[in-house]
Amino acid sequence: MDILDPVTLSRIQFGFVISFHIIFPSFTIGLAAWLATIEAMGLATGNLLYRRVFDFWLRVFAVSFGLGVVTGIVMAFQFGTNWGVLAERTGSIQGPLLGYEAFTAFLLEATFFGVMLLGRDRVSPRFYLFACCMVSLGTMFSSFWILANNSWMQVPVGHEIVDGRIVPADWREIVLGPVMMVRWPHMLLAAFLTTAMCVSATGAWYLLRRVHFAEGRAMLHWGLGLAAVLIPVQLYFGHLTGLYVYKHQPAKFAAIEARWHTEQPASEVLIAWPDQSERRNLFAVTVPGLGSFIASGNWTSRETGLDAFAPEDQPPVLIPFFGFRIMVAMGLIMLALSWGGALLRLAGRLETARWFLWPTFLAFPTGFVAILSGWYTAEVGRQPWVVYGILRTKDAVTPSLQTGDVLVSLIGYMIVYAIVYSFGIRYIYLLLREGPAAQAETGPYATPSRPMALAGDADDANGPGGNRDG
Amino acid sequence: MTQTGLEETAMDDPSNLALFWAAAIAVSILIYVLLDGFDLGVGILFGTTRDEAMRERMVQSIAPFWDGNETWLVVIGASLFAAFPAVYTVFLGAFYLPVLLMLFGLIFRGVAFEFRYRSNRMRGVWDRGFFLGSLVVAFVQGAAVGALMRGIPVRDNQYAGGGLDWLHPFPILTGIGLVLGYMLLGAGWLILKNDGALRDWAYARLKTLALATSAVLALAFLIVVTVDISVGLTLGASRLDRWMLGLPALCAAALAGVATGAHWRIDALPFALTAVFFVAALLTLGLMMWPFMIPYSITVADAAAPQASLSFFFWGGVVVLPVIGAYTIGVYWVFRGKSDRIGQ
Repeated sequence: MDILDPVTLSRIQFGFVISFHIIFPSFTIGLAAWLATIEAMGLATGNLLYRRVFDFWLRVFAVSFGLGVVTGIVMAFQFGTNWGVLAERTGSIQGPLLGYEAFTAFLLEATFFGVMLLGRDRVSPRFYLFACCMVSLGTMFSSFWILANNSWMQVPVGHEIVDGRIVPADWREIVLGPVMMVRWPHMLLAAFLTTAMCVSATGAWYLLRRVHFAEGRAMLHWGLGLAAVLIPVQLYFGHLTGLYVYKHQPAKFAAIEARWHTEQPASEVLIAWPDQSERRNLFAVTVPGLGSFIASGNWTSRETGLDAFAPEDQPPVLIPFFGFRIMVAMGLIMLALSWGGALLRLAGRLETARWFLWPTFLAFPTGFVAILSGWYTAEVGRQPWVVYGILRTKDAVTPSLQTGDVLVSLIGYMIVYAIVYSFGIRYIYLLLREGPAAQAETGPYATPSRPMALAGDADDANGPGGNRDG
Repeated sequence: MTQTGLEETAMDDPSNLALFWAAAIAVSILIYVLLDGFDLGVGILFGTTRDEAMRERMVQSIAPFWDGNETWLVVIGASLFAAFPAVYTVFLGAFYLPVLLMLFGLIFRGVAFEFRYRSNRMRGVWDRGFFLGSLVVAFVQGAAVGALMRGIPVRDNQYAGGGLDWLHPFPILTGIGLVLGYMLLGAGWLILKNDGALRDWAYARLKTLALATSAVLALAFLIVVTVDISVGLTLGASRLDRWMLGLPALCAAALAGVATGAHWRIDALPFALTAVFFVAALLTLGLMMWPFMIPYSITVADAAAPQASLSFFFWGGVVVLPVIGAYTIGVYWVFRGKSDRIGQ
């Protein structure tokens, strides 16, 4: 494979821009739901603590949302600029799905997000809560369309091919098919868990630094509590996702398992270094029979290996194999922390157990890592297809594209994202470090379409090292 | 052999749904050009003065509006992909580097807008980013129009030309033309939203900008009717007969009105007349290109997605476009009047 051809460079570019993009929406989907929950709690109990926690996370939400909009606009053009054949051939299906996503996002931004940012004093508390719920619903619908689109690329259903054109035949099947109905909850739960881990890590950080005790404690309790409830559900949906892969994408399944040869009974490779060129595993730790059990539920079944597929139909092994294991490891860390936290909380020692607060704080990226590695598993494992069984990735690229064009755009995106994100992420860091304000405040210039303004002046109000509380 | 729709004798008629989406996209383009046009124009004018107070007022004049205006660009992109995937594909393939430049311009402009307040050390950098970002976005949009007028080579519904074909003298001329046109729109907006020194400053530039825009357009028009830059364009121009010639005439009249009417000092007039000019110019372009969406190879009917796609997406358009429209009107209503009085 030549690294300097338009296909490979376009794949690297797509991987780069979408990896940056997914971080922000997955965080904001969870944050929107968390904000709605906290607002409802505040309204129900009248406890002002919830208001301070809400106002604080609203500012983080605003910055993340702004960054997500920037990377999202870039995504809207990627299909046409680099994947012209894909866009033209499957536009009849992907176009309306992604179009609905853009429209959903704008409906949300144009209406309730504005109320959420600016309307606290202008609408009734009940309506404000309603707006928060609608924003949360909007982010979920946004992910709904993206997952419907991606699920169709993974397992194309509900279409027919008329004179070589792909024509939608059954939208219900495309949008609400069984694969979609497993993958969308899997992604939503991942987003909720990501935010839950970030919220609890922030709370742990404050407790470790001995600042914002009441708010930090609430964040820790809520974050770990939500994670403790959600993680078993997520493990179940992860299992269901594995089943769809087993059923519809056996080559991907074999790659995830690093199963080079068909086996009966099949062993499970726990960890190894898959050697793609020699088509074998180095340093493998395996459990006999477990591979059959995981795939089929019995200990003797015959399981398909990569050798069952023609070489040109085999996905690469390394990324799906490790991506899947990293994702599972992150899930297990979340499980250990959230359930461990629940036990400590029952014992009344959660806030003082610094040995536990440290790993909770350091676990803030577990959700992001899980989401990225899970998506790498799904997307790389689908190769060599871009639309499974219908269109190969190497045939999907814009035919007029030259290596130089993609090289320029790839380097350009790297530079621009490095500049924009180093500033954006620094803002979020400063907001998190500063912590909740003693009372509610809103920025003077914020409008719904300029959410960054609400994030206000974490920077110049304090300067590096400064602290408003101090 | 590239496709040329011109040689096909029997062309399909577009379906009603395809016409609906073509009309919705055309209206969105018109709204986008008028709205983002003025804030891009202000961004360019921003780079032509060093007066800090005036720069501040310029930024305040567009602060509540600019990125709502850019919403329409995404509406156009999303609708094109959904309703006319072939157009989306060919356009973005043909304008790979200009689209990249436009995205970078928009990103830097947006970031500069947020960050120039927050940083004293870096302020000069962000200010330059604001100006250059606006300039680049305006230029590549204008160049794309010129390149479209020359015609886009297409094979199998994919772009079949080179990456730098758009960098031809004619598109460069239209790029400069749109920069000047947006500056004129921006000056009109500044007059509408300000008084005092900045309004005087903008009034003083109206005549030059209107004359420069007219000169570039006259040159472009001359090239179109005299030099044979493409078969389709000549054919398109020849269709501008009788009453259709009224549209280019209206363009000229509106620009003349801006230049000569400046001394009346009616604050709404320059922006309104420039808007009339843009509407007439876009209608002229549309008529010259009809029924092509990618001149001169892909028609509205060729490019339309299957009926099942168009009707599925129809409900999105019917619900969402009016909401975005109402929201746009709402924002302009809330922030009506001279900008220095807003919030007082």
